[in-house]
Amino acid sequence: MGGTASTHKLIRDDGKRYDGRAVDELRPITIQAGVLKRADGSAYVTWGDNKVLAAVYGPREVHPRHLQNPARAIVQARYNMASFSVSERKRPGPDRRSQEISKIISEAFEAVVFVEQFPRTTVDVFIEVLQADAGTRCAGLTAASVALADAGVPMRDLIPACASGKVENTVVCDLNKEEDNCGEADLPMAIIPRTGEFLLLQMDGHFTYDELMQAMEYNIKALNHIYQLQKEALRKKYATVQLEEPFVLPKREEPAPGPEVDLNREEPVEPPEAPGPTGAPAEMDRDSQGGA
Amino acid sequence: MEQDAIGDLKRDYINRLLVEKKRMDGRGPDDVRQIGVETNVVTSAAGSARVKWGETEVLVGVMVEQGTPFPDTPDRGVLVTNAELIPMASPFFESGPPRPESIELARVVDRGIREAKTIDLSTLCVTPKEKVYICYVDMHVLDFGGNLFDPCCLGAMMALNTATVPAKKFGLGEDFKLKVDHYPISCTSVKVHDGLLVDPGLDEERVAEARLTVTTDENGDVRAMQKGLSGKLTFEQVKTMIQASQRVGRELRAKFGLGA
Repeated sequence: MGGTASTHKLIRDDGKRYDGRAVDELRPITIQAGVLKRADGSAYVTWGDNKVLAAVYGPREVHPRHLQNPARAIVQARYNMASFSVSERKRPGPDRRSQEISKIISEAFEAVVFVEQFPRTTVDVFIEVLQADAGTRCAGLTAASVALADAGVPMRDLIPACASGKVENTVVCDLNKEEDNCGEADLPMAIIPRTGEFLLLQMDGHFTYDELMQAMEYNIKALNHIYQLQKEALRKKYATVQLEEPFVLPKREEPAPGPEVDLNREEPVEPPEAPGPTGAPAEMDRDSQGGA
Repeated sequence: MEQDAIGDLKRDYINRLLVEKKRMDGRGPDDVRQIGVETNVVTSAAGSARVKWGETEVLVGVMVEQGTPFPDTPDRGVLVTNAELIPMASPFFESGPPRPESIELARVVDRGIREAKTIDLSTLCVTPKEKVYICYVDMHVLDFGGNLFDPCCLGAMMALNTATVPAKKFGLGEDFKLKVDHYPISCTSVKVHDGLLVDPGLDEERVAEARLTVTTDENGDVRAMQKGLSGKLTFEQVKTMIQASQRVGRELRAKFGLGA
Protein backbone atom coordinates (compact mmCIF):
# COMPACT_ATOMS: atom_id res chain seq x y z
CA MET A 1 0.00 0.00 0.00
CA GLY A 2 1.13 3.50 -0.71
CA GLY A 3 0.83 4.64 2.87
CA THR A 4 0.64 8.27 1.80
CA ALA A 5 -1.56 10.45 3.95
CA SER A 6 -4.87 11.52 2.47
CA THR A 7 -5.79 15.17 2.28
CA HIS A 8 -9.24 14.47 3.66
CA LYS A 9 -11.00 11.91 5.79
CA LEU A 10 -11.73 8.72 3.89
CA ILE A 11 -14.40 7.54 6.31
CA ARG A 12 -16.93 10.24 7.15
CA ASP A 13 -18.47 10.72 10.57
CA ASP A 14 -21.72 9.10 9.39
CA GLY A 15 -19.78 5.89 8.63
CA LYS A 16 -19.99 6.37 4.86
CA ARG A 17 -16.96 6.74 2.63
CA TYR A 18 -15.89 10.10 1.25
CA ASP A 19 -17.45 9.30 -2.14
CA GLY A 20 -20.73 8.57 -0.35
CA ARG A 21 -20.62 4.80 -0.62
CA ALA A 22 -21.42 2.44 2.24
CA VAL A 23 -18.50 0.29 3.41
CA ASP A 24 -19.78 -2.74 1.49
CA GLU A 25 -20.90 -0.86 -1.62
CA LEU A 26 -19.42 -1.27 -5.09
CA ARG A 27 -18.79 1.58 -7.49
CA PRO A 28 -21.17 1.73 -10.48
CA ILE A 29 -20.26 -0.94 -13.03
CA THR A 30 -21.32 -1.29 -16.66
CA ILE A 31 -20.38 -4.20 -18.89
CA GLN A 32 -20.84 -4.40 -22.63
CA ALA A 33 -20.10 -7.55 -24.64
CA GLY A 34 -18.90 -7.67 -28.25
CA VAL A 35 -17.53 -4.20 -28.79
CA LEU A 36 -14.72 -4.98 -31.24
CA LYS A 37 -15.12 -6.30 -34.78
CA ARG A 38 -11.79 -8.04 -35.35
CA ALA A 39 -11.49 -9.98 -32.12
CA ASP A 40 -13.24 -13.33 -31.62
CA GLY A 41 -14.72 -11.93 -28.46
CA SER A 42 -14.55 -8.65 -26.60
CA ALA A 43 -15.97 -6.66 -23.74
CA TYR A 44 -15.82 -3.16 -22.34
CA VAL A 45 -16.14 -2.48 -18.65
CA THR A 46 -16.51 0.80 -16.85
CA TRP A 47 -16.11 0.48 -13.12
CA GLY A 48 -16.17 3.75 -11.23
CA ASP A 49 -13.59 5.76 -13.15
CA ASN A 50 -11.92 2.67 -14.59
CA LYS A 51 -12.30 2.04 -18.30
CA VAL A 52 -11.07 -1.34 -19.43
CA LEU A 53 -11.27 -3.12 -22.76
CA ALA A 54 -10.71 -6.86 -23.20
CA ALA A 55 -10.35 -8.90 -26.37
CA VAL A 56 -9.97 -12.62 -26.98
CA TYR A 57 -8.39 -14.39 -29.95
CA GLY A 58 -8.43 -18.13 -30.25
CA PRO A 59 -8.11 -20.97 -29.69
CA ARG A 60 -5.40 -20.48 -32.32
CA GLU A 61 -1.93 -21.69 -33.18
CA VAL A 62 0.77 -21.07 -30.60
CA HIS A 63 3.76 -18.91 -31.48
CA PRO A 64 6.50 -19.57 -30.57
CA ARG A 65 5.98 -23.28 -31.14
CA HIS A 66 7.86 -24.47 -28.05
CA LEU A 67 5.09 -23.05 -25.86
CA GLN A 68 2.65 -25.57 -27.33
CA ASN A 69 1.22 -28.12 -24.97
CA PRO A 70 0.31 -31.37 -26.75
CA ALA A 71 -2.28 -32.19 -24.09
CA ARG A 72 -4.16 -28.93 -23.80
CA ALA A 73 -4.56 -25.28 -24.73
CA ILE A 74 -2.62 -22.59 -22.96
CA VAL A 75 -4.15 -19.28 -21.93
CA GLN A 76 -1.94 -16.27 -22.46
CA ALA A 77 -3.29 -13.11 -20.90
CA ARG A 78 -1.63 -9.76 -21.46
CA TYR A 79 -2.59 -7.04 -19.04
CA ASN A 80 -1.45 -3.65 -20.25
CA MET A 81 -1.97 -0.10 -19.04
CA ALA A 82 -2.17 2.62 -21.63
CA SER A 83 0.46 5.29 -21.05
CA PHE A 84 -2.30 7.88 -20.60
CA SER A 85 -4.38 5.80 -18.21
CA VAL A 86 -2.78 7.32 -15.13
CA SER A 87 -2.16 10.95 -14.26
CA GLU A 88 1.62 10.65 -14.64
CA ARG A 89 2.43 9.10 -17.99
CA LYS A 90 3.28 5.43 -17.66
CA ARG A 91 6.16 4.30 -19.76
CA PRO A 92 4.62 2.04 -22.43
CA GLY A 93 5.29 -1.67 -22.49
CA PRO A 94 5.27 -4.40 -19.90
CA ASP A 95 6.75 -3.60 -16.51
CA ARG A 96 7.22 -6.04 -13.67
CA ARG A 97 3.84 -5.27 -12.18
CA SER A 98 1.93 -5.91 -15.39
CA GLN A 99 3.91 -9.10 -16.06
CA GLU A 100 2.95 -10.44 -12.66
CA ILE A 101 -0.70 -9.52 -13.19
CA SER A 102 -0.66 -11.14 -16.64
CA LYS A 103 0.69 -14.32 -15.08
CA ILE A 104 -1.94 -14.65 -12.39
CA ILE A 105 -4.79 -13.76 -14.75
CA SER A 106 -3.58 -16.42 -17.21
CA GLU A 107 -3.54 -18.95 -14.39
CA ALA A 108 -7.02 -17.99 -13.27
CA PHE A 109 -8.47 -18.52 -16.76
CA GLU A 110 -6.67 -21.83 -17.28
CA ALA A 111 -8.74 -23.14 -14.40
CA VAL A 112 -12.10 -22.40 -16.08
CA VAL A 113 -11.46 -22.77 -19.82
CA PHE A 114 -11.88 -26.36 -21.04
CA VAL A 115 -8.25 -26.36 -22.12
CA GLU A 116 -8.15 -30.11 -22.70
CA GLN A 117 -10.53 -29.67 -25.68
CA PHE A 118 -7.98 -27.65 -27.66
CA PRO A 119 -4.55 -29.28 -27.52
CA ARG A 120 -1.59 -27.36 -28.99
CA THR A 121 -3.47 -24.06 -29.14
CA THR A 122 -3.46 -20.79 -27.31
CA VAL A 123 -6.31 -18.65 -26.13
CA ASP A 124 -4.98 -15.10 -26.15
CA VAL A 125 -6.61 -12.63 -23.80
CA PHE A 126 -5.72 -8.96 -24.16
CA ILE A 127 -6.63 -6.50 -21.45
CA GLU A 128 -6.11 -2.80 -22.04
CA VAL A 129 -6.59 -0.39 -19.19
CA LEU A 130 -7.61 2.88 -20.86
CA GLN A 131 -8.29 4.80 -17.68
CA ALA A 132 -7.19 3.62 -14.25
CA ASP A 133 -8.85 4.29 -10.91
CA ALA A 134 -7.73 1.37 -8.71
CA GLY A 135 -8.93 -2.18 -9.11
CA THR A 136 -7.87 -2.41 -12.74
CA ARG A 137 -6.75 -6.03 -12.55
CA CYS A 138 -10.20 -6.97 -11.25
CA ALA A 139 -12.01 -4.86 -13.84
CA GLY A 140 -9.73 -6.39 -16.50
CA LEU A 141 -10.38 -9.92 -15.37
CA THR A 142 -14.13 -9.28 -15.20
CA ALA A 143 -14.07 -7.87 -18.74
CA ALA A 144 -11.85 -10.63 -20.10
CA SER A 145 -14.19 -13.26 -18.73
CA VAL A 146 -17.12 -11.76 -20.64
CA ALA A 147 -14.91 -11.49 -23.74
CA LEU A 148 -14.06 -15.21 -23.49
CA ALA A 149 -17.74 -16.07 -23.32
CA ASP A 150 -18.41 -13.69 -26.20
CA ALA A 151 -15.74 -15.54 -28.21
CA GLY A 152 -17.56 -18.80 -27.54
CA VAL A 153 -14.64 -20.33 -25.69
CA PRO A 154 -16.07 -23.19 -23.61
CA MET A 155 -15.70 -22.42 -19.91
CA ARG A 156 -16.85 -23.87 -16.61
CA ASP A 157 -18.11 -20.48 -15.46
CA LEU A 158 -17.65 -16.75 -15.79
CA ILE A 159 -15.13 -15.25 -13.38
CA PRO A 160 -15.95 -12.03 -11.58
CA ALA A 161 -13.17 -10.24 -9.69
CA CYS A 162 -13.16 -7.54 -7.02
CA ALA A 163 -10.77 -6.00 -4.50
CA SER A 164 -11.72 -5.07 -0.96
CA GLY A 165 -9.38 -3.46 1.48
CA LYS A 166 -8.93 -1.38 4.57
CA VAL A 167 -8.94 2.39 5.01
CA GLU A 168 -8.65 4.23 8.31
CA ASN A 169 -8.95 0.92 10.14
CA THR A 170 -12.25 0.11 8.43
CA VAL A 171 -12.70 -2.81 6.06
CA VAL A 172 -14.29 -1.55 2.84
CA CYS A 173 -15.39 -3.07 -0.44
CA ASP A 174 -13.95 -2.06 -3.83
CA LEU A 175 -11.25 0.53 -3.15
CA ASN A 176 -11.08 3.59 -5.37
CA LYS A 177 -7.83 5.34 -6.24
CA GLU A 178 -7.67 7.55 -3.18
CA GLU A 179 -8.54 4.66 -0.88
CA ASP A 180 -6.00 2.44 -2.62
CA ASN A 181 -3.21 5.01 -2.32
CA CYS A 182 -3.91 5.96 1.26
CA GLY A 183 -5.37 2.71 2.55
CA GLU A 184 -3.82 0.08 4.75
CA ALA A 185 -4.64 -3.09 2.85
CA ASP A 186 -5.82 -4.40 -0.51
CA LEU A 187 -7.27 -7.84 -1.30
CA PRO A 188 -7.95 -8.60 -4.98
CA MET A 189 -9.94 -11.78 -5.41
CA ALA A 190 -11.63 -13.82 -8.14
CA ILE A 191 -13.82 -16.85 -7.66
CA ILE A 192 -15.92 -19.38 -9.54
CA PRO A 193 -19.36 -18.18 -8.43
CA ARG A 194 -21.07 -21.54 -8.80
CA THR A 195 -18.68 -23.31 -6.42
CA GLY A 196 -17.19 -20.43 -4.45
CA GLU A 197 -13.67 -21.64 -5.25
CA PHE A 198 -10.84 -19.10 -5.35
CA LEU A 199 -9.03 -18.54 -8.64
CA LEU A 200 -7.15 -15.37 -7.87
CA LEU A 201 -6.10 -14.25 -4.44
CA GLN A 202 -3.59 -11.56 -3.62
CA MET A 203 -3.13 -9.35 -0.63
CA ASP A 204 -0.84 -6.64 0.52
CA GLY A 205 -0.99 -4.33 3.48
CA HIS A 206 -1.98 -5.14 7.03
CA PHE A 207 -5.01 -7.24 8.00
CA THR A 208 -5.71 -9.04 11.21
CA TYR A 209 -7.19 -12.47 10.64
CA ASP A 210 -10.71 -11.21 11.42
CA GLU A 211 -10.38 -8.19 9.14
CA LEU A 212 -9.19 -10.48 6.39
CA MET A 213 -12.25 -12.69 6.78
CA GLN A 214 -14.49 -9.60 6.72
CA ALA A 215 -12.83 -8.36 3.52
CA MET A 216 -13.28 -11.77 1.91
CA GLU A 217 -16.95 -11.72 2.86
CA TYR A 218 -17.41 -8.28 1.26
CA ASN A 219 -15.62 -9.55 -1.83
CA ILE A 220 -17.79 -12.65 -2.14
CA LYS A 221 -20.97 -10.60 -1.86
CA ALA A 222 -19.69 -8.14 -4.47
CA LEU A 223 -18.54 -10.93 -6.77
CA ASN A 224 -22.00 -12.47 -6.87
CA HIS A 225 -23.40 -9.10 -7.93
CA ILE A 226 -20.75 -8.61 -10.63
CA TYR A 227 -21.47 -12.15 -11.85
CA GLN A 228 -25.08 -11.12 -12.50
CA LEU A 229 -23.90 -8.05 -14.43
CA GLN A 230 -21.62 -10.25 -16.54
CA LYS A 231 -24.48 -12.58 -17.41
CA GLU A 232 -26.77 -9.65 -18.20
CA ALA A 233 -24.18 -8.18 -20.56
CA LEU A 234 -23.99 -11.43 -22.50
CA ARG A 235 -27.74 -11.89 -22.53
CA LYS A 236 -28.23 -8.34 -23.73
CA LYS A 237 -25.93 -8.83 -26.69
CA TYR A 238 -27.86 -11.84 -27.95
CA ALA A 239 -31.33 -10.71 -26.86
CA THR A 240 -31.14 -7.44 -28.75
CA VAL A 241 -32.42 -7.83 -32.28
CA GLN A 242 -29.99 -5.99 -34.47
CA LEU A 243 -32.10 -4.23 -37.11
CA GLU A 244 -30.19 -4.08 -40.33
CA GLU A 245 -30.07 -0.57 -41.73
CA PRO A 246 -31.83 -0.59 -45.09
CA PHE A 247 -29.29 -0.25 -47.84
CA VAL A 248 -29.47 3.17 -49.41
CA LEU A 249 -27.10 4.30 -52.06
CA PRO A 250 -25.26 7.24 -50.54
CA LYS A 251 -25.93 10.48 -52.30
CA ARG A 252 -22.99 11.69 -54.21
CA GLU A 253 -21.99 15.01 -52.84
CA GLU A 254 -20.16 17.66 -54.77
CA PRO A 255 -16.63 17.91 -53.40
CA ALA A 256 -16.31 21.01 -51.29
CA PRO A 257 -14.03 23.58 -52.86
CA GLY A 258 -10.69 23.10 -51.14
CA PRO A 259 -7.89 25.58 -50.84
CA GLU A 260 -6.09 26.33 -54.06
CA VAL A 261 -3.06 24.14 -54.45
CA ASP A 262 -0.17 25.18 -56.61
CA LEU A 263 1.12 21.90 -57.94
CA ASN A 264 4.34 23.47 -59.10
CA ARG A 265 5.21 24.86 -55.71
CA GLU A 266 8.28 23.21 -54.24
CA GLU A 267 7.73 21.51 -50.95
CA PRO A 268 10.21 22.58 -48.31
CA VAL A 269 12.54 19.70 -47.58
CA GLU A 270 12.00 18.32 -44.07
CA PRO A 271 15.24 18.07 -42.15
CA PRO A 272 16.03 14.45 -41.21
CA GLU A 273 14.55 13.63 -37.86
CA ALA A 274 16.97 14.08 -35.02
CA PRO A 275 17.78 10.87 -33.20
CA GLY A 276 15.84 10.51 -29.97
CA PRO A 277 17.55 11.05 -26.67
CA THR A 278 19.65 8.10 -25.71
CA GLY A 279 20.23 6.75 -22.26
CA ALA A 280 16.71 7.21 -20.97
CA PRO A 281 16.64 7.14 -17.18
CA ALA A 282 16.86 3.60 -15.92
CA GLU A 283 13.52 2.28 -14.86
CA MET A 284 13.36 1.43 -11.24
CA ASP A 285 11.05 -1.14 -9.89
CA ARG A 286 8.51 0.57 -7.74
CA ASP A 287 6.62 -2.09 -5.98
CA SER A 288 4.87 0.32 -3.73
CA GLN A 289 3.70 2.31 -6.70
CA GLY A 290 2.05 1.81 -9.99
CA GLY A 291 -1.65 2.17 -10.13
CA ALA A 292 -4.04 -0.33 -8.77
CA MET B 1 1.41 -29.13 -13.55
CA GLU B 2 3.40 -31.95 -14.98
CA GLN B 3 1.67 -33.88 -17.73
CA ASP B 4 3.98 -36.80 -18.52
CA ALA B 5 3.78 -40.39 -17.22
CA ILE B 6 6.42 -39.85 -14.52
CA GLY B 7 4.41 -36.90 -13.29
CA ASP B 8 1.25 -39.00 -13.14
CA LEU B 9 3.04 -41.73 -11.19
CA LYS B 10 4.44 -39.21 -8.75
CA ARG B 11 1.08 -37.57 -8.37
CA ASP B 12 -0.51 -40.93 -7.56
CA TYR B 13 2.26 -41.71 -5.10
CA ILE B 14 2.00 -38.33 -3.37
CA ASN B 15 -1.79 -38.66 -3.20
CA ARG B 16 -1.64 -42.18 -1.79
CA LEU B 17 0.85 -41.11 0.88
CA LEU B 18 -1.27 -38.09 1.75
CA VAL B 19 -4.26 -40.31 2.58
CA GLU B 20 -2.10 -41.72 5.39
CA LYS B 21 -0.89 -38.20 6.28
CA LYS B 22 2.60 -38.99 5.01
CA ARG B 23 4.95 -37.42 2.49
CA MET B 24 7.75 -38.65 0.22
CA ASP B 25 10.51 -37.36 2.49
CA GLY B 26 8.94 -38.65 5.69
CA ARG B 27 7.39 -35.37 6.81
CA GLY B 28 3.82 -34.90 7.93
CA PRO B 29 1.57 -32.69 5.73
CA ASP B 30 2.02 -29.64 8.00
CA ASP B 31 5.77 -29.97 8.58
CA VAL B 32 8.36 -27.55 7.25
CA ARG B 33 11.70 -28.97 6.12
CA GLN B 34 14.98 -28.58 8.02
CA ILE B 35 16.22 -25.01 7.83
CA GLY B 36 19.74 -23.72 8.31
CA VAL B 37 20.75 -20.07 8.04
CA GLU B 38 24.22 -18.61 7.90
CA THR B 39 24.56 -14.82 7.87
CA ASN B 40 27.27 -12.47 6.60
CA VAL B 41 28.66 -15.05 4.22
CA VAL B 42 29.67 -12.49 1.59
CA THR B 43 31.88 -9.70 2.87
CA SER B 44 31.49 -7.51 -0.21
CA ALA B 45 27.77 -7.14 0.52
CA ALA B 46 26.27 -4.86 3.15
CA GLY B 47 24.45 -7.88 4.49
CA SER B 48 23.94 -11.44 3.34
CA ALA B 49 22.37 -14.73 4.28
CA ARG B 50 22.62 -18.23 2.94
CA VAL B 51 19.54 -20.29 3.59
CA LYS B 52 19.42 -24.05 3.28
CA TRP B 53 15.79 -25.06 3.37
CA GLY B 54 15.48 -28.78 2.78
CA GLU B 55 16.98 -29.34 -0.64
CA THR B 56 16.55 -25.71 -1.63
CA GLU B 57 19.38 -23.29 -1.21
CA VAL B 58 19.35 -19.54 -1.72
CA LEU B 59 21.87 -16.79 -1.15
CA VAL B 60 20.56 -13.30 -0.49
CA GLY B 61 22.79 -10.26 -0.68
CA VAL B 62 21.90 -6.74 0.40
CA MET B 63 23.73 -3.89 -1.27
CA VAL B 64 23.29 -0.27 -0.23
CA GLU B 65 24.01 2.54 -2.67
CA GLN B 66 23.23 6.21 -2.71
CA GLY B 67 20.78 7.78 -5.11
CA THR B 68 17.91 10.19 -5.47
CA PRO B 69 14.52 9.56 -3.85
CA PHE B 70 11.29 9.13 -5.77
CA PRO B 71 9.60 12.52 -6.21
CA ASP B 72 6.50 11.48 -4.26
CA THR B 73 8.50 10.13 -1.29
CA PRO B 74 11.29 12.71 -1.00
CA ASP B 75 12.17 11.83 2.59
CA ARG B 76 12.33 8.08 2.24
CA GLY B 77 14.97 5.67 1.03
CA VAL B 78 14.27 3.07 -1.62
CA LEU B 79 13.94 -0.69 -1.30
CA VAL B 80 14.44 -2.76 -4.45
CA THR B 81 13.96 -6.51 -4.50
CA ASN B 82 15.15 -8.78 -7.26
CA ALA B 83 15.33 -12.55 -7.74
CA GLU B 84 17.66 -14.44 -10.05
CA LEU B 85 16.76 -17.97 -11.06
CA ILE B 86 20.21 -18.82 -12.35
CA PRO B 87 20.59 -21.85 -14.66
CA MET B 88 22.94 -23.64 -12.26
CA ALA B 89 20.09 -24.05 -9.79
CA SER B 90 17.83 -26.23 -11.90
CA PRO B 91 17.55 -27.85 -15.32
CA PHE B 92 14.32 -25.84 -15.71
CA PHE B 93 16.01 -22.45 -15.34
CA GLU B 94 17.41 -20.70 -18.36
CA SER B 95 19.55 -17.63 -18.68
CA GLY B 96 18.12 -14.53 -20.23
CA PRO B 97 15.78 -11.75 -19.21
CA PRO B 98 13.70 -12.32 -16.07
CA ARG B 99 10.70 -14.57 -16.59
CA PRO B 100 7.32 -14.09 -14.97
CA GLU B 101 8.27 -16.73 -12.35
CA SER B 102 11.23 -14.77 -11.03
CA ILE B 103 9.33 -11.49 -11.21
CA GLU B 104 6.51 -13.00 -9.20
CA LEU B 105 8.96 -14.42 -6.65
CA ALA B 106 10.69 -11.08 -6.17
CA ARG B 107 7.46 -9.14 -5.95
CA VAL B 108 5.83 -11.49 -3.45
CA VAL B 109 8.90 -11.36 -1.17
CA ASP B 110 9.01 -7.59 -1.65
CA ARG B 111 5.36 -7.19 -0.67
CA GLY B 112 5.86 -9.12 2.55
CA ILE B 113 8.90 -7.09 3.56
CA ARG B 114 7.50 -3.76 2.45
CA GLU B 115 4.02 -4.16 3.90
CA ALA B 116 5.30 -5.46 7.24
CA LYS B 117 7.30 -2.20 7.45
CA THR B 118 10.43 -4.29 8.09
CA ILE B 119 12.65 -1.30 7.36
CA ASP B 120 11.56 2.23 8.21
CA LEU B 121 12.59 3.79 4.92
CA SER B 122 12.82 7.25 6.47
CA THR B 123 15.98 6.03 8.26
CA LEU B 124 17.53 5.70 4.79
CA CYS B 125 17.11 9.38 3.96
CA VAL B 126 20.26 11.51 3.83
CA THR B 127 19.00 14.83 2.43
CA PRO B 128 15.28 15.06 1.61
CA LYS B 129 14.55 15.43 -2.11
CA GLU B 130 18.24 14.99 -2.92
CA LYS B 131 19.99 12.02 -1.50
CA VAL B 132 18.81 8.76 0.00
CA TYR B 133 20.15 5.26 0.38
CA ILE B 134 18.87 2.66 -2.05
CA CYS B 135 18.73 -0.77 -0.51
CA TYR B 136 18.91 -3.60 -3.03
CA VAL B 137 17.86 -7.06 -1.89
CA ASP B 138 19.13 -9.56 -4.45
CA MET B 139 18.02 -13.15 -4.08
CA HIS B 140 20.15 -15.74 -5.80
CA VAL B 141 18.68 -19.20 -6.06
CA LEU B 142 21.56 -21.69 -5.96
CA ASP B 143 19.70 -24.99 -5.77
CA PHE B 144 16.00 -25.33 -6.56
CA GLY B 145 14.45 -28.09 -4.49
CA GLY B 146 10.93 -26.71 -4.36
CA ASN B 147 9.27 -23.73 -2.65
CA LEU B 148 11.38 -20.68 -3.37
CA PHE B 149 9.14 -18.07 -1.76
CA ASP B 150 9.78 -18.99 1.85
CA PRO B 151 13.57 -19.51 1.74
CA CYS B 152 13.93 -16.25 -0.21
CA CYS B 153 11.74 -14.35 2.25
CA LEU B 154 13.65 -15.72 5.24
CA GLY B 155 16.96 -15.05 3.50
CA ALA B 156 15.95 -11.48 2.69
CA MET B 157 14.84 -10.99 6.28
CA MET B 158 18.08 -12.37 7.73
CA ALA B 159 20.28 -10.48 5.28
CA LEU B 160 18.55 -7.19 6.13
CA ASN B 161 18.81 -8.04 9.81
CA THR B 162 22.61 -8.24 9.59
CA ALA B 163 23.19 -5.43 7.09
CA THR B 164 25.40 -2.43 7.73
CA VAL B 165 24.88 0.77 5.75
CA PRO B 166 28.33 1.72 4.43
CA ALA B 167 27.93 5.46 5.04
CA LYS B 168 31.67 6.02 5.34
CA LYS B 169 32.23 4.78 1.79
CA PHE B 170 30.06 7.64 0.53
CA GLY B 171 31.56 10.21 2.92
CA LEU B 172 28.31 10.44 4.86
CA GLY B 173 29.52 9.75 8.39
CA GLU B 174 29.96 6.54 10.28
CA ASP B 175 28.66 3.19 9.08
CA PHE B 176 25.49 2.12 10.86
CA LYS B 177 23.45 -1.02 11.29
CA LEU B 178 20.28 -1.19 9.23
CA LYS B 179 17.40 -1.06 11.68
CA VAL B 180 14.88 -3.85 11.30
CA ASP B 181 11.53 -3.14 13.00
CA HIS B 182 9.40 -6.12 12.02
CA TYR B 183 9.90 -9.74 11.12
CA PRO B 184 7.65 -10.99 8.32
CA ILE B 185 7.81 -14.71 7.61
CA SER B 186 6.17 -16.27 4.59
CA CYS B 187 4.74 -19.75 4.39
CA THR B 188 3.66 -21.45 1.20
CA SER B 189 1.20 -24.34 0.99
CA VAL B 190 0.03 -26.22 -2.06
CA LYS B 191 -3.06 -28.20 -2.90
CA VAL B 192 -2.41 -31.65 -4.30
CA HIS B 193 -5.55 -33.49 -5.27
CA ASP B 194 -7.67 -32.71 -2.22
CA GLY B 195 -4.94 -32.49 0.37
CA LEU B 196 -2.85 -29.56 1.52
CA LEU B 197 0.91 -29.68 1.92
CA VAL B 198 2.91 -27.05 3.76
CA ASP B 199 6.31 -26.14 2.26
CA PRO B 200 6.19 -28.30 -0.90
CA GLY B 201 9.27 -30.15 -2.09
CA LEU B 202 10.24 -30.20 -5.75
CA ASP B 203 8.07 -33.17 -6.77
CA GLU B 204 5.16 -31.94 -4.70
CA GLU B 205 5.39 -28.52 -6.27
CA ARG B 206 5.49 -30.02 -9.76
CA VAL B 207 2.27 -31.93 -9.27
CA ALA B 208 0.55 -29.19 -7.25
CA GLU B 209 -2.70 -27.73 -8.56
CA ALA B 210 -2.78 -24.49 -6.58
CA ARG B 211 -0.38 -22.65 -4.35
CA LEU B 212 -0.87 -19.99 -1.71
CA THR B 213 1.88 -17.93 -0.10
CA VAL B 214 0.89 -16.07 3.07
CA THR B 215 3.24 -13.67 4.84
CA THR B 216 2.54 -12.91 8.49
CA ASP B 217 4.13 -10.56 11.00
CA GLU B 218 5.05 -11.18 14.62
CA ASN B 219 1.45 -10.49 15.70
CA GLY B 220 0.14 -13.14 13.35
CA ASP B 221 -1.42 -10.44 11.17
CA VAL B 222 -1.40 -11.04 7.43
CA ARG B 223 0.82 -8.71 5.41
CA ALA B 224 0.84 -10.29 1.96
CA MET B 225 -0.75 -13.14 0.06
CA GLN B 226 -0.36 -14.57 -3.40
CA LYS B 227 -2.18 -17.43 -5.00
CA GLY B 228 -0.41 -19.17 -7.84
CA LEU B 229 -0.96 -21.95 -10.38
CA SER B 230 -4.16 -22.64 -12.26
CA GLY B 231 -6.00 -24.72 -9.68
CA LYS B 232 -8.87 -23.79 -7.41
CA LEU B 233 -8.96 -23.34 -3.64
CA THR B 234 -12.01 -23.48 -1.41
CA PHE B 235 -12.58 -20.88 1.30
CA GLU B 236 -11.85 -23.55 3.92
CA GLN B 237 -8.55 -24.43 2.25
CA VAL B 238 -7.56 -20.76 2.13
CA LYS B 239 -8.34 -20.40 5.82
CA THR B 240 -6.32 -23.53 6.68
CA MET B 241 -3.37 -22.20 4.68
CA ILE B 242 -3.49 -18.82 6.44
CA GLN B 243 -3.56 -20.52 9.82
CA ALA B 244 -0.65 -22.77 8.80
CA SER B 245 1.32 -19.64 7.92
CA GLN B 246 0.58 -18.07 11.29
CA ARG B 247 1.85 -21.22 13.03
CA VAL B 248 4.98 -21.60 10.88
CA GLY B 249 5.73 -17.89 11.30
CA ARG B 250 5.59 -18.28 15.07
CA GLU B 251 7.83 -21.35 14.98
CA LEU B 252 10.45 -19.81 12.72
CA ARG B 253 10.59 -16.50 14.59
CA ALA B 254 11.16 -18.45 17.81
CA LYS B 255 13.78 -20.65 16.16
CA PHE B 256 15.81 -17.76 14.79
CA GLY B 257 15.18 -15.35 17.66
CA LEU B 258 13.38 -12.80 15.49
CA GLY B 259 11.19 -10.24 17.20
CA ALA B 260 11.53 -11.95 20.58
